[in-house]
Amino acid sequence: MAVAAAPARRAAFRDAHPIVHLVRRRLAIGVVTLILVSVVVFLATEVLPGNAAIAILGRNANPVRLRAVELQLHLNRGLLDQYWIWISNLFTGNLGQSLANGQSVWSNVEPRLVNSAVLVFATGLIGSVLGVALGAIAALRKDGWFDHVVSVVVLAVTSLPEFVVAIGLIILLSTVVWHLLPAVSLLPPGTYAWSQPNLLVLPVATLVIVIVPYILRMMRAAMVEALESDYVEMARLKGTPEWRIVLVHALPNAIAPTIQVIGLNFLYLAGGIVVVEYVFNFPGIGQGLVYAVDDRDVPVIQFIVVALAAFYVVVNIITDVIALLATPRRRISR
Amino acid sequence: MAVNAPAAPAAPGTPPGEITRIRRQWGSLLWTAVRTPRGAIGLGLTSFVVLVAVIGPFVAPYAQDALLTFPFGRPSAQYLLGGDEYGRDVLSRVLDGGWLLLIMAACATALGIAGGAAAGMSAAYLRGRSDGIIMRTVDVILAFPQLVFALLLLSLLGPKLWLITIAVGFSHAPQVARVIRSATLDITERDFVKAAELQGMRPARVMVREILPNLVSPLMVEAGLRLTYSIVIISGLAFLGFGQAPPASNWGLMINENRIGLTLNPWAVIVPAALIALLTIGTNTFTDAFARVTIGVDRRPEEAALIDDLGQGTQ
Repeated sequence: MAVAAAPARRAAFRDAHPIVHLVRRRLAIGVVTLILVSVVVFLATEVLPGNAAIAILGRNANPVRLRAVELQLHLNRGLLDQYWIWISNLFTGNLGQSLANGQSVWSNVEPRLVNSAVLVFATGLIGSVLGVALGAIAALRKDGWFDHVVSVVVLAVTSLPEFVVAIGLIILLSTVVWHLLPAVSLLPPGTYAWSQPNLLVLPVATLVIVIVPYILRMMRAAMVEALESDYVEMARLKGTPEWRIVLVHALPNAIAPTIQVIGLNFLYLAGGIVVVEYVFNFPGIGQGLVYAVDDRDVPVIQFIVVALAAFYVVVNIITDVIALLATPRRRISR
Repeated sequence: MAVNAPAAPAAPGTPPGEITRIRRQWGSLLWTAVRTPRGAIGLGLTSFVVLVAVIGPFVAPYAQDALLTFPFGRPSAQYLLGGDEYGRDVLSRVLDGGWLLLIMAACATALGIAGGAAAGMSAAYLRGRSDGIIMRTVDVILAFPQLVFALLLLSLLGPKLWLITIAVGFSHAPQVARVIRSATLDITERDFVKAAELQGMRPARVMVREILPNLVSPLMVEAGLRLTYSIVIISGLAFLGFGQAPPASNWGLMINENRIGLTLNPWAVIVPAALIALLTIGTNTFTDAFARVTIGVDRRPEEAALIDDLGQGTQ
């Protein structure tokens, strides 16, 4: 009996519940991806161009200064040692000093992180709600006038670069046509965005305009698919009221792929904030990244890029898990 | 991917007429797409902007870098779109400032499609360990937002134009690979692939001769989408100041340089912004028309892949 118990337990572990199994797998893949991301950033910033110190100081750098920067970046050690020092510093919050102004990276980046988080979550929340609602309406009124208008607008807007949308809003709302909102924020770096909420309006509006079409289109496609499915047909034949068909039968099945697209849009936001923050002079990490790239401020670049990538990996895991939980047919244990 | 596999005289599984027939098929698909309203509008917008960018440098009334009028001077009969921040002629700069964007976007797209298709096809056809390695790599690259990935490379090697093109192309590859992998998975199960395998065809050859011709429509849809994104990213980088250096005329750069004078001469910003917008709307609309003709009305390839992924319940 004791011999048979171990394989049985292992089998129980494997068959625990498909959801548990999948979540565990997603987490493992996420952790591996994060480690690989850190290796890529490390290799790219410290090794690829030969010597990061020369990249920072230029070819004709003073040898004493060069040596000092090399020591600061630990370029005199072996590759594996360097990675180890770098990654353990990253985890212990000892991020080193900005090469541009000598301040610690963390004090440089922390208010920016908070501001960008406010921007991303405000945008994500407003955009998701708008996208899901409009997409569902378009699917329910398929081939009606609303659907047609929406599909043309979506097609035009999905392709626009965010800086063109931003400039359009500035022309419309704060310079040429009307003067309702400030065109650029005058917040100095190091202050928090909520001290002047009206500065958030245009950046959030720009990003919402850019992400809503994707969510809307996915929601519409998934909803149309769900409404034409056999289980909705079955529910109709049983005489289920229409509101119940939409809310209980179709919506839960349509929301699962939409959640994944919402997740993808959070990834998009990780990149989209770069241009939008720059346009509106919004003191977030996107603007910080542009400035750091301009100054070749390697420690700041490393931290912001790893932070953005980690954000993506985490969001990706969360959306995958939510999408799994939200797919009714996946909940059944087989 | 061994594209340069020697063309054997009697290729097993591929009748001599096959390739030309397939080529004629894309031609007719493209033509069908052009004749839809969306396709016509998309092609019209794209052609307009391409014409402006290509013919522009030859018909520009003044040198793009000559200081002619007042900074942010109003439009006049002599300077139709007014002056920019240094009083250079906006019209001449607009006409001169688009062709490089088009070339870079086209090259980046070609790179991304070639790399992504090779990776995606190999992953789906070879399965097993190759699939795992390729798709993990894809996951890692996807973790970097495309613009951030390009900025990371540029911060190290300097804003060189060839590097921007390669960085953008490379950042497209993983997304193309995902779509092509899911398209290839269906095809590998078909009888003609099995037949080719049983005849002893090498895997690289099976992929190029048997699978690739069947991926033409998803590849063309992907190419259209990636072209749009290439334009968005490359013009965005130029806007951020990582593109051509300042004296050059470049639509993205012009928007950034002239936005401080929006209240004085808005045309210096509106015209380049509108041209970029028309171009991306044009390529995207045409791609949409083509996708509707080939794949079906409501299913963009990346969305179809997502729905299938969740819906089929394969674990």
